[in-house]
Amino acid sequence: MSTRERLSGNEAIATAMRQIDPDVFAMFPITPSTEIPQYFAQYVADGKVDTEFICVESEHSSLSACLGAEAAGCRAITATSSAGLSFMNEMLYVAASSRLPVVLAVACRALTGPININHDYSDSMAERDSGFIQLYGENNQEVYDNYLCAHRIAEHPSVRLPLMVCEDGFITSHAIENIEIEDDEAVKRFVGQYRPESYLLKKKHPLAVGPYGISSYYMEARVAQAEAMKAAKQVILEVAEDFEKTFGRRYGLFEAYRMEDAEYATVLMGSSAGTAKAAVDSLRKDGIKAGLIKLRVFRPFPGEELKEALKNCLAVAVLDKSEGFSGCGGPVFSETAGALINLDKKPKLIDIVYGLGGRDFTVKHALDVYERLMKIADTGETGPVYSHMGVRSDGV
Amino acid sequence: MAYNLKEEMNKPERFHAGHRLCAGCGAGVVCRAMMRAVDTKDKAVICNATGCLEVSSFQYPYTAWEDSYIHTAFENASATASGVEAAARVMKRRGRIDPDTKFKILAIGGDGGTYDIGFQSLSGALERGHDFTYFCYDNNAYMNTGTQRSSATPRFASATTTPSGAESVGKKQVQKDLTQIVVAHGSPYVAQTTLFGTMKDFHEKAHRAIYTKGPTFVNVLTPCPRGWGYPAEDLIDICKAAVETCIWPLYEVVDGEYRLTYEPKKKLPVEEFMRRQSRFAHCFKSGNEWTIEAAQEYVDRKWEELLSRCS
Repeated sequence: MSTRERLSGNEAIATAMRQIDPDVFAMFPITPSTEIPQYFAQYVADGKVDTEFICVESEHSSLSACLGAEAAGCRAITATSSAGLSFMNEMLYVAASSRLPVVLAVACRALTGPININHDYSDSMAERDSGFIQLYGENNQEVYDNYLCAHRIAEHPSVRLPLMVCEDGFITSHAIENIEIEDDEAVKRFVGQYRPESYLLKKKHPLAVGPYGISSYYMEARVAQAEAMKAAKQVILEVAEDFEKTFGRRYGLFEAYRMEDAEYATVLMGSSAGTAKAAVDSLRKDGIKAGLIKLRVFRPFPGEELKEALKNCLAVAVLDKSEGFSGCGGPVFSETAGALINLDKKPKLIDIVYGLGGRDFTVKHALDVYERLMKIADTGETGPVYSHMGVRSDGV
Repeated sequence: MAYNLKEEMNKPERFHAGHRLCAGCGAGVVCRAMMRAVDTKDKAVICNATGCLEVSSFQYPYTAWEDSYIHTAFENASATASGVEAAARVMKRRGRIDPDTKFKILAIGGDGGTYDIGFQSLSGALERGHDFTYFCYDNNAYMNTGTQRSSATPRFASATTTPSGAESVGKKQVQKDLTQIVVAHGSPYVAQTTLFGTMKDFHEKAHRAIYTKGPTFVNVLTPCPRGWGYPAEDLIDICKAAVETCIWPLYEVVDGEYRLTYEPKKKLPVEEFMRRQSRFAHCFKSGNEWTIEAAQEYVDRKWEELLSRCS
């Protein structure tokens, strides 16, 4: 039997971790993800889990310890944010290329500078090419549910890739919501156990991990890794299907909200979707065919599916909550543009970078975006393809 | 059981020939001896920092290691070992590995990966008290990238980033005393050794380190023919000179108690070590005599300090 509980995103993730009772948790504190290992430390102290909980001296070491543990045959986890994720950068790539399915909870937070502890996706987006699968949640329930799916996706034999469960720093990580928490035993049954066939501590068959790969072998390893990322898409859908059967909540690669006949759409991620949905609902009341796509899975990027979902729109705005500093748009924009590029008849596409460092995003902002899309559809003029929203007008 | 070289050499090899280390490199000798110090009935997991040893001993699809082995990066051998050690504990507790099989967790890195970039990771793992042994093969510089100075490079050594020249007599700073720093962590067993004599000193220390519970550390002076500039066949003589001059004293620290494991009958002058290597060639040029005097003074002072700790 599931129960309803008032939990923050961090506590929801920590609860999922407790229910899964992983083998090893290597932690290092950073705002706003710190609460996750704090809750977990209390579970250890109270004997509610049997995990080896190691308090290491940096994020680089927390992920390194996870890699050692995972290679040794364990289910290993950690959590971080912002600079901590950046500090892990080198090891993120090693985790993915070594095909070690560590699960990493990320409370997404702006990167320095100036130093800022609030939400945007500069940390996770900077790691979009690391080889991690990335799942994003709109609210505490989705973050909890994504975590329950995470190990099964990451550890699947045709995937074997590490995975980030991303929540919005403070907005999701700290705000408390009344959510559905599944029964401990049901979670354990759903997630299952991790029993790799090869591991360092296998008595009769030693394993060697992390070779020097010269040019004759390197590319094959990278292609195999790329194929695994492609294969992850199907596995994510299969796990979602079983999740729905087991717990009743339905997930896909993205949520298409009122998109059936939408002419104007936004593409965005995380908690902003709740705000934008309010704008869509109000526009729909006025007979305006507005819709939105909320990406749940950013890696692997659901390009084909997104193309199908957007192909009949007149104008689409991507809302990027991180600056890619490419000079021509944020990361979600470039991926979306790539997905649409081969359509014969494409919607007009613009990118709006917003909400950096916790800058507020309101229903009014979302309505302004749709208004712009309607104007673009009317005039056929896109105007600036790449712009920033919510910047102080005094320029200071 | 008393050390018997012949018996030791008859053990099944756990670090195989065919690796790509240079002729005259000490690291291969270290690895073979390190693995001989693991009892035949026991298993090991080797956690290796990036460096010459890693790229030479595990080049896909070949490995020189008989036991399980993991390399992840340069600066994190100790953190990786921490994870493996935690895994061994929890898997034993959860009944997923045979409780009667001992897995000895060994980390190994060069001086770059230990004294410098891997120092934080090492310190963290020592402080946390993981049950593992760290072997540093200290060859006094970043050899894999071509002899750049490290904090283990001795004063006056010419390295590619501290070259000797008209205005330079090589590295300006003395070697970081990492062994003492590890002792300060309160590790139950810390030792310094090198490739010396019948390898008895190495073997006994390695064995004791591996079979002492907790974080233990063995610092091994490990000459590099390319970086130090000596003929391959001089490897063992160079090690002997380092010991006989007291440049690299052989000692161990057991629960904070210091013990010299070898005292030269007659302490040789530092020239005996330095003149065999091209990295010190400039010290023997007219006008640079002071460098040898300064090196001697430093070695004398450190030796006296060590003797006072051992008394």
